[in-house]
Amino acid sequence: MSFRPVKRPNSAILDGHRPLLQSLERRGLIRGGLSLGALSLLTGCDMTRPQSVEEALLAISRMNDSVQAWLFDPNKLAPTYPASMVLNPPKFNAYYDVMDVKSVDGSNWRLELAGLIAEKRPWTLPQINALPQQSEIIKHICVEGWDYIGQWSGVLLRTFLERVGADLNAKYVVFKTADDYPSSIDMATALHPQTLLATQYANATLADPFGYPLRLRMSTKLGYKNPKWITAIEVTNTYQDGYWEKLGFPWFAGL
Amino acid sequence: MNKRHGATRMSNAIALRQTARPSDKRLHPWSVRIMHWINAVAMLVMITSGWGIYNDDVIIRGLLFSKSLRLGDWAAWSLNWHFAGMWLLASNGLCYLVYGVAKGRFRERLLPIRLRDVIRTVDDTLHFKIDHSDLTTYNAVQKILYIIVILAGIAQVVTGLAIWKPIQFSGLTSLLGGFQSARIIHFAGMAVIVGFLLVHVILALLVPQTLRAMLTGGPRLIPPGQRAQEPLP
Repeated sequence: MSFRPVKRPNSAILDGHRPLLQSLERRGLIRGGLSLGALSLLTGCDMTRPQSVEEALLAISRMNDSVQAWLFDPNKLAPTYPASMVLNPPKFNAYYDVMDVKSVDGSNWRLELAGLIAEKRPWTLPQINALPQQSEIIKHICVEGWDYIGQWSGVLLRTFLERVGADLNAKYVVFKTADDYPSSIDMATALHPQTLLATQYANATLADPFGYPLRLRMSTKLGYKNPKWITAIEVTNTYQDGYWEKLGFPWFAGL
Repeated sequence: MNKRHGATRMSNAIALRQTARPSDKRLHPWSVRIMHWINAVAMLVMITSGWGIYNDDVIIRGLLFSKSLRLGDWAAWSLNWHFAGMWLLASNGLCYLVYGVAKGRFRERLLPIRLRDVIRTVDDTLHFKIDHSDLTTYNAVQKILYIIVILAGIAQVVTGLAIWKPIQFSGLTSLLGGFQSARIIHFAGMAVIVGFLLVHVILALLVPQTLRAMLTGGPRLIPPGQRAQEPLP
């Protein structure tokens, strides 16, 4: 695009002030160069990502975890949606491709329990299905930015934790999975009335890629906090990193 | 062209200050300068880390930000930068807004905006007749641009909150049309700020005394009678 003034400025004005203008331009360029240099230094941090920067960012991230825990309202429900808006099948996402999903044999599957839980006997799938069931149509929001609406059914994690005599004053609930995707959440979110141990999607048994036979579904946390193919649940006061947290992602990840 | 309006604007500003020692007052007091440069760093952190987050789920097909422009070598660290920078941006921005309102700086520098001044400024600009000898008065277009970028900054914090906490602040998120809509507004706000930033930085480099003023404080605000013929610094 070119753009020219209708009336050219009087060049005599320019001639009169040329030395002054030139010196100003020169200084401006030097200064501009300096600030551009500063800018490139700022982005240069991530080339190497020095340990001090990484530690500072993680310290702030932990502070953000506490802020998020403080912002979390245990009684606030996420919006729910009509069944017509449910995406079926749901969106697959994992740290590996959908072709690499290893299916779990539901008949041999057991849910192991550990930590601050009174009744630690393992659970079979029919035993879990015999617990009171709940269904919810909620939005799944991924940290990447996309979302979809899904219908999840199963037993409330709160109901399950109460049933097995878990210490509900403990700090964390930790999950182990068949796909080596450990995850941990805060107890407040574990007890939220929309936090499900899901066994069904859209009124049908969970399909393999989405965590059959048992997965976690929380309306109040980002997608990556919802482990699939759960094999063990531990209630503990000791913090444990999840798969993505080990790589630097925030732990609380509340919505 | 600025003389007449500059004089009336200034006399308002000076009238407030004549009881204090007017010659001590600079165009950009130290507090404004500190907030400006903190904001510059915070904005650059937020924009470049935001680009890193954006790339994982693009809003405009085909638009990706190259690695050299992104803060954080991949999404995890872009997120951590973003969630760290947000405190700096929001707290500094809040200080600036409180300061601007309490000290009357917004009213003094950014208002009033008259349509005829806008037309005249645009006309002058197209004729390359922009007068930079008086840094203490903004022309109508400058005023509008500064107001837009301040509003865009506020919008980024609000839409950012709606994206960060769409359940805890579900009222805010639905007010913005839902999560995806809030995301798009957040992206558009970034585009507005980046657009402003390009113009702002280019003009500051073309008229370096404005840059120097933001570093050293700029000309002292003195009564109109005395300031009639101030040469370029």
